[in-house]
Amino acid sequence: MSTPTLPPGLSIQKVDERIMTLNVGPQHPGSGHMRIIVQIDGDYIVACDPDPGYVHRGEEKMAEYRNYVLNIPHLERPVIHDSCNILYPYVLGVEELLGLEITERAKYIRVIAAELNRCVYIMYWLAIYGIFLGHSTMFMWPTGDRELLIDLLEKMTGARVTHSYFIPGGIRNDLPANFEEVCLRQVNYFEKRIKEYADVFYDNPILISRTEKTGILTRENAIRLGTTGSVLRASGIDYDVRKKEPYDVYDELDFETCVLKSGDSYARSKIPWLDMFQSCRIIRDALQKMPKSGSIRIKLKPNPKGALGSVYKRVESGRGALGCYIVSDKKPEPYRLKLSVPSFRNLIALPHLLIGEKLGNMPSVYWSLNYWPVEADR
Amino acid sequence: MSVIAPNFKLSEFIKSILDVGFWVLLLFVLIGLPAVFMILFFIEMPIINGELLTPFLALSWLADPTRTLPIIKAFMTTDLFRIAAFPGFGFAALIAASTIFAERKMMAKLQLRVGPFYCGKIEGILQLMADGLKLVSKEIIIPAKADKPIFWAAPVLFVATAAAFVALIPVTPGWVVADIDVGLIAVFAVIGFFPIITILSAWSANSKFPFIGGIRALYQMVSFEIPLILSLLGVVILTGTLNLSEIAASQSSFPWIVFLPIGAIVFFITMLAELERIPFDLPEAESEIVAGWLTELSGMLYGLVQFGSYLKLYAFAALFVVLFLGGWNGPMIVPPFPEEIITEGIEMGPITAQIPGLPIFTQEVLNGILMFVLKTVGVIFFIILPRGVFPRVRVDILLDLGWTKLIGLTFVNIFIALGLLYAGILGPGGLF
Repeated sequence: MSTPTLPPGLSIQKVDERIMTLNVGPQHPGSGHMRIIVQIDGDYIVACDPDPGYVHRGEEKMAEYRNYVLNIPHLERPVIHDSCNILYPYVLGVEELLGLEITERAKYIRVIAAELNRCVYIMYWLAIYGIFLGHSTMFMWPTGDRELLIDLLEKMTGARVTHSYFIPGGIRNDLPANFEEVCLRQVNYFEKRIKEYADVFYDNPILISRTEKTGILTRENAIRLGTTGSVLRASGIDYDVRKKEPYDVYDELDFETCVLKSGDSYARSKIPWLDMFQSCRIIRDALQKMPKSGSIRIKLKPNPKGALGSVYKRVESGRGALGCYIVSDKKPEPYRLKLSVPSFRNLIALPHLLIGEKLGNMPSVYWSLNYWPVEADR
Repeated sequence: MSVIAPNFKLSEFIKSILDVGFWVLLLFVLIGLPAVFMILFFIEMPIINGELLTPFLALSWLADPTRTLPIIKAFMTTDLFRIAAFPGFGFAALIAASTIFAERKMMAKLQLRVGPFYCGKIEGILQLMADGLKLVSKEIIIPAKADKPIFWAAPVLFVATAAAFVALIPVTPGWVVADIDVGLIAVFAVIGFFPIITILSAWSANSKFPFIGGIRALYQMVSFEIPLILSLLGVVILTGTLNLSEIAASQSSFPWIVFLPIGAIVFFITMLAELERIPFDLPEAESEIVAGWLTELSGMLYGLVQFGSYLKLYAFAALFVVLFLGGWNGPMIVPPFPEEIITEGIEMGPITAQIPGLPIFTQEVLNGILMFVLKTVGVIFFIILPRGVFPRVRVDILLDLGWTKLIGLTFVNIFIALGLLYAGILGPGGLF
């Protein structure tokens, strides 16, 4: 048999008979909007190639054609479950460019909305983590309990998920009457509910045997690969943007950073759950310290023009440090807008964690990276 | 929890039933009856007791219980009835279908949902029928490179094997399809077919995910078959027989679970693994290998496999009841058949009918059926329950459990049984 003539630049790769290539995604129940090309030898993964980009929508380019206020609704689309936190760095940056100083009450309300939204996101993430491990109760409970906080956010903002609540100059509208009381009650009940998840999920012996000592990310690798958020904190590094570079009023509030040392999938899945308790603590503290009345918003001129220059702001989102870089050239629209998203930074660790693992560990390791495909593609 | 639910109105429900009844009656009178009489016109009717059997005579005989009851009783002794209806397929299918509904409702309650709700007006009781109709009406898609004859045959073989398993289960004294002296060996033989069918179906689909699922099913079932067989050895040692009816009858004073709890626990765990239920549903692990060996099955082929797996679930639960929970034995709670109906007859208005052939089932048989069904439903409840509580285990943990821990426990169980036998407490020639 003669060798076929190939076009220049192509070569025939010899395939090992033992290796089977699996395309996990994008039409796979265990992938999300992305593809992981894994090669398995028996039950062991020998190569892994994450392939994101199926839901790229050009958010950054779109931002160059809209003015600073019109950018708000579409910029929260990458993570609709965490919409307040993905808007937070953009709004902080625009305020600096426009030279606005917002009121104390607006800052506290922003913190409350951001923490509620963080819990809403983590509950959704936890539900999918549960169903990835075959635990259908852990899919249903968080999706149900999430409604408590979604109802609160609906009372605050008028929308269930895409709130568009943060705007340059403050927040869009004030809290409804007796919100503090309702919020305190709902948050206390929510905290009681998530404590019960330990019994059914986190202390479950089968879960522990499945996820402990799998996909270990060491402290050095976590820093070297540039991971962030819960992945970084699960590897024993005490890093939280809310503590290190406090924005708005986080430096006045009482909370701790949750850190675990082991760096395996179990620790990575536990950190967001522990974070929710701290969020509840922050919300209670903020409700107490918040000024009970006052202005919440600075009126902007139509089509405000930013000062010449650039600004970079970071916040701690549900997945990790989320940055927004805005370049302004004295026009109503930003000259360039760049989102530095935690999902994409955490995805880089996936091939390092999966090689050498069993195929059965793939869903738990993959989703423990706190990765949101739509956000990574932007 | 806010649910947008249709308000149930009794009047509308009765009206819908009457509507359906009206149309059935109308169609029967206009189409059914003329068709029957046209057929009868061409058939020569037999002469019975000197009378020509006309349709009217046949109908009037049907209304006479003294003539119909002996026919029914004679029919009930036939093999066809046993295989198709009572201790066999029909009975098992009824329990399997109600298991599916009960499972969905129970999971819903556990997970703070409502479950099936709309079909059939009352708590979604007709949901199963709707699902079945949907599966039947769907197109069956077969992969282009599949081995078509085997791919078609595997789901049918799966149901057939599950039905063969059901045929070995004694429900109540004398009511068993195949009462054979090597019943337990036959059970092992039938269970041994499931991995073969699974791997045939998975391999013939010629697709990657079913293949991985089939391989997983194969080594899961093969590695759990050994503890399954060994865990039942204790019961065989103590009863000295392999006949399932005799094993059930030997537990008239106490069930074997009292003396062999370790064997019962091991059998229960291996049962979950053989049934591919959570926490051992690795062959169908959704997030890893799509739907495992069921990935390429579509339409009623998938429906048949699901139906077969629930038949298998019933058969395993019934086997657990027969071997460890005493089968049909239990307190007599069914009241005795009233004697005066046999001696004096039933008063039906002006006439008193003397009906020979009553009762159809004796008190013991009815009580046996009731006890058996109650125990089986209890075991099925415990089979379903882990699905709401546990995540899926991993392959290496599963094999470790099967090959080391469970086999070790079965030997402990066998030593307990041997100890009881040699101490003269139980078994042939024992105290009981």
